[in-house]
Amino acid sequence: MSAKEFYLNRFEIRLSGLGGQGILTLGKIMGQALALEHGFYVTQTQSYGPEARGGASRSDLVISSSPISYPKPENLDVLVALSQEACNLYFRNLKADGLLVVDTFMVEQLPTNNYVGIPFTQLAKEKLKVVQATNVLTLGALCYLLPFLNKNAAAKTLKEVFPAKIIDKNIKALNLGYSKAKQLYPDIPKKWSFS
Amino acid sequence: MARKPKRKELFALGNEAVVEGALLAGCSFFAGYPITPSTEIAEGMAAKLPQLEEGVFVQMEDEIASLGAVIGASLAGRKAMTATSGPGFSLMQEHIGYACMAEVPLVIVNVMRGGPSTGLPTNPAQGDVQQARWGTHGDHPIIVLSASDVQECLHMTIAAFNFAEKYRTPVILLLDEVTAHTREKIVLPRPEELTIINRTIPTMPPEWYVPYEETMRGVPPMPPLGSGYRYHVTGLTHDEHGYPTSKANEISALMHRLFRKIDQFFYDIQLVEEVETEDAEVVVVAYGCVARSAKLAITQARESGCKAGLLVLKTLFPFPRTYVEKLARQCKKVIVPEMNMGQISREVKRVNNGLSRVVTINRVDGQIITPGEILKKIYKD
Repeated sequence: MSAKEFYLNRFEIRLSGLGGQGILTLGKIMGQALALEHGFYVTQTQSYGPEARGGASRSDLVISSSPISYPKPENLDVLVALSQEACNLYFRNLKADGLLVVDTFMVEQLPTNNYVGIPFTQLAKEKLKVVQATNVLTLGALCYLLPFLNKNAAAKTLKEVFPAKIIDKNIKALNLGYSKAKQLYPDIPKKWSFS
Repeated sequence: MARKPKRKELFALGNEAVVEGALLAGCSFFAGYPITPSTEIAEGMAAKLPQLEEGVFVQMEDEIASLGAVIGASLAGRKAMTATSGPGFSLMQEHIGYACMAEVPLVIVNVMRGGPSTGLPTNPAQGDVQQARWGTHGDHPIIVLSASDVQECLHMTIAAFNFAEKYRTPVILLLDEVTAHTREKIVLPRPEELTIINRTIPTMPPEWYVPYEETMRGVPPMPPLGSGYRYHVTGLTHDEHGYPTSKANEISALMHRLFRKIDQFFYDIQLVEEVETEDAEVVVVAYGCVARSAKLAITQARESGCKAGLLVLKTLFPFPRTYVEKLARQCKKVIVPEMNMGQISREVKRVNNGLSRVVTINRVDGQIITPGEILKKIYKD
C-alpha cells in the first residue's frame, strides 16, 4: 500500500491528550511512517503549553497525495482524544462524518454515539505493565483504522526512532493495539471512501 | 559502475533542516544560548558539530557573548552561526553592528515568537522584521532572508552562508515558530548538487595586504587570523588599513563601499517565488508560514475563477523592490498578510507609491493567518 494507490486530498488528523502521554512522539512516528515509508506529503505541527507535563498537548497531521500548502488542519477527518479535556476541546473541529477515536479509560463523557473507543491506557497498564506504551498502542489501532497506514511501515519507523532496548516492548504494543482494534471493530475500514 | 547513492530523506522539523543546511554549507562553529522556539537548532548542532573533525559547539552565558564568539570564530576563518529568538536577538544587536562594520561573515537564525519582551515563547509571530533590518544603530546595509517550509529552511540556510561569505556581511535568517516546528519530509541534496561559496582569501604577500581596500565587488579579501596577514579589526570607522579615522574622505569611502557591496548585487541577493502572477489581478505578498496560507488561498480563488497570484518574499531585505513594483503596476489590489501590525506592508506601500491598492491583514494574537482570512480579502472589493 503506497501513496500511489490511495489518493488523499488533505486528510487531517489531530492527536490530542495530556502532556506526558507521548502525543508528540506519536505524531512524529506516524508522520515519518506516512512520509518516508508510504511517500505521502505530510506536515506535522504541534502545540504545547508552557507546562511540560499534565497540560494540554496536541499534534496535528495533514496528509496528502499532492504538496501541502497550509500546514495546519482546518476540518479534522480523524480526532484521537486521550483525555476528556482534549475530547471536549477539539470535538467541534471534527467534520460531521469524521472519526472520533477515544481512550475509553480516560474519556468518560462522550459528545457522540458514533465513535471508536479503546481503553489504551488500561491496556498499557494491565497487559504491558508500562503506561508509557499508550501512544504506540494508539498507533497500532490507527494502523488498523486508517487503510492507508500500514502496520509494517509503522513498525519499521519505530525501529528507526526508538533505541534498541525498548523496541521489542513497542512492537508488542503496536501489535496489541492493532489486534484489539480489529477485535472490537471488525468492519470499520469499510466506512472509508476515497476518490 | 557503482550506482549513485539515493538522496537521503528525513522527516524533520524546520529547525532540524536549518542544522542540516548549515552543515552542508560548511558551518563548523556554533555558539548560542538555547531559547524556545529555536532550541532544536542548538540541540542539533550540539549533537552533530563534535562529530566533525574541527567542529565546535559552545553554549555561552548569554546571547551577547554568543554573537561575540561567532564573530571571533569567523575572523579565525570558520563559517560560524548562532540561533536565537526575539529576546536573544535584541541582545545581539550591538554585535550585529560590529559585524557589519568589521565586515565579518556570519549567520544568525532568529526564530520569531510573539513579543515584545518575553512575549509568547511557544506561539508564532513575525514581529522582528524591521528589527532585523534596523535593529542595530547606524546606517548599515544587511541581508535578511526568510523561509516558509521545511525544505526551504535547508536551502535558505545554505543561501545565508553563501551570501555571508560572498559579501562579507552578517546575514539574518528569519523563521517563525510554525515553520520551525513543522515536521515535513526533506530531501538532503548531495554535496555535488550544491553551490557552496567560500570567502576570498588574499593571495598577495602579507606585507602587501591592505585589509579594507577598495575592490571591484567592494568586498576585500579576508584572511583567517593567524595565517600571517596582520590587520586591525575595529568597530570604529576605519581607513583601508583598518585603523580608526575621522577624515571625511576616508569615512565616506568606507560607508559608500559598505552599501555598494550589497547594492550592486541586488539581482543576486533578492530571491522571490512567483506563483500564478502572469495574469493576476489580485496579488498576495507574503513570507514565512503565512506564504503557505496564501498559497492555499490563491489556489482556492483560482478554482472559483478569480485571477489571484502570490509573491513569496524569500529575501526581505534588501527589499525586492522591482518584483513588487512590477506586480503593483499590473494588478488592482495587493494584499499583505503578516503576523505583525504591518512591517512589510510598510515597505510594500512605499514601493507601491499609489500604483495599486494595498490591503493589509494583521494578526498579533499568536495564531497563524488562515487561508480563509486571506481568501475573504481577495474576494472583498
